[in-house]
Amino acid sequence: MAELRNIVRVSKVTRTFQLGKTEVLALKGVDLSIAAGQYVSIMGPSGSGKSTLFNMIGGLDKPTSGKVFIDEVDIAQLDAYELAWLRCRKIGYIFQTFNIIQVMTALENVTLPMIFAGMNNDAAVAKGIQLLKLVGLGDRFRHKPSELSGGQQQRVAVARALANDPAIILADEPTGNLDLTTGEEIISLLKSLSRERNVTIISATHDIKMLNVSDEVVWIRDGLIERIENRDELSISVGQINTRK
Amino acid sequence: MKNWSLSSSKKMPFKHPDRLVVLPFKKSLEISWQSIRVRFVRSLITTMSLVLAVSFLSFVNVNNDIANGFLATRDTVLREALNRSGYDLSPGDTRAGSSPKMRWIVILSLLVCVVGIVNAQLMAVTERFREIGTMKCLGALDSFILRLFLLEAGMQGLVGSAIGALSGGLFSLLNAVVRFGTVVFTSLSWMEAVGSLLFATGVGCFLSLLGVLYPAIVAARMLPVEAMRVEH
Repeated sequence: MAELRNIVRVSKVTRTFQLGKTEVLALKGVDLSIAAGQYVSIMGPSGSGKSTLFNMIGGLDKPTSGKVFIDEVDIAQLDAYELAWLRCRKIGYIFQTFNIIQVMTALENVTLPMIFAGMNNDAAVAKGIQLLKLVGLGDRFRHKPSELSGGQQQRVAVARALANDPAIILADEPTGNLDLTTGEEIISLLKSLSRERNVTIISATHDIKMLNVSDEVVWIRDGLIERIENRDELSISVGQINTRK
Repeated sequence: MKNWSLSSSKKMPFKHPDRLVVLPFKKSLEISWQSIRVRFVRSLITTMSLVLAVSFLSFVNVNNDIANGFLATRDTVLREALNRSGYDLSPGDTRAGSSPKMRWIVILSLLVCVVGIVNAQLMAVTERFREIGTMKCLGALDSFILRLFLLEAGMQGLVGSAIGALSGGLFSLLNAVVRFGTVVFTSLSWMEAVGSLLFATGVGCFLSLLGVLYPAIVAARMLPVEAMRVEH
């Protein structure tokens, strides 16, 4: 355990939102460390602040106070260019609503981050095809998102997230818009990716199916971390889930 | 990957080629062309007001060129014909220009056209919030988004104003032929006419870019998380 490197460290992060005249405290001081190569699920009911925390880790939103470190670099210190670089190379994003760019084909969606990263077009296309094959869409890369099912679109998103070999994949409710079977397929795809490529996967979810594959589960409630369980403790607490109100 | 952070200075070095975030010009051209193609009808509507305004501008200017061609021949019959057709020429005038009233109408029409473009482009940007947010999550810089929108507007502007300028010029010629006869073709200075068309096209392109500037800046500055929050 000692040699594990913290790829993400969140320190005393708070975030307030201005809702009309009232201030809502979405995160009330969260401390969290995530070791490289882990599969971490952030679990919690909607409104618990898990999406907010997720956005903070992804550099999509800035904390009101506190700090977020990616690879021990404080992302608040980064300028726009460095932040773009971070999003491009270091982090792959997967969203509940897939967010595939509708006007582009599957392959173009996957190659776009590689183009941003300065890869030449032929190399990007070759790698894009290889990634689409990896997620099981080898024959459908010329299709537009509208011609793909939800599960297939999410696979494109997974391939796109992998485009620049990121160290971290952030998945926000990746199974939220999918049916049970398709959701399970995406989860096992993510799990095998984390194992084979040693990618850290952080997913915000309230999908119980995620528990089986997670190395660590962070339970969050009312803007605070309630408890963190690793895999061994999990089997005990799974029984408790049903008894919880 | 491990030496990503620099311990001494808090900044990361970006001189290294690996540290670049780029969007090659050819690729941006490709993406914006694709956006226009996919949203063809919307692009057409955005461009339509430009076509009309520019064709009006070029119509007025080519009319002047035709009148100037007549005056250059020093033919009193043609001069009379011009006076009859509404040109207010004093005996000594060797050039005809548009009246202040005409100029105002042209300027107003161009102004209305810019407002129309801003309106249409703001709508287009709103429609594409999610796409813009996604691109930013993939590492797009503000300048990429700005460039994509400007390129799109530039292409729409070029095509739209070229069509507008040509149709305005043609209509003006047709009008002159009907009114004065084929003498128009021999007296007209084609250089001046082409100059007018180019001028109208240039003005059209400029207006198209001007109209997209504000919407594009709004789009480029948007935080990704705001863009993603938009529900569809």
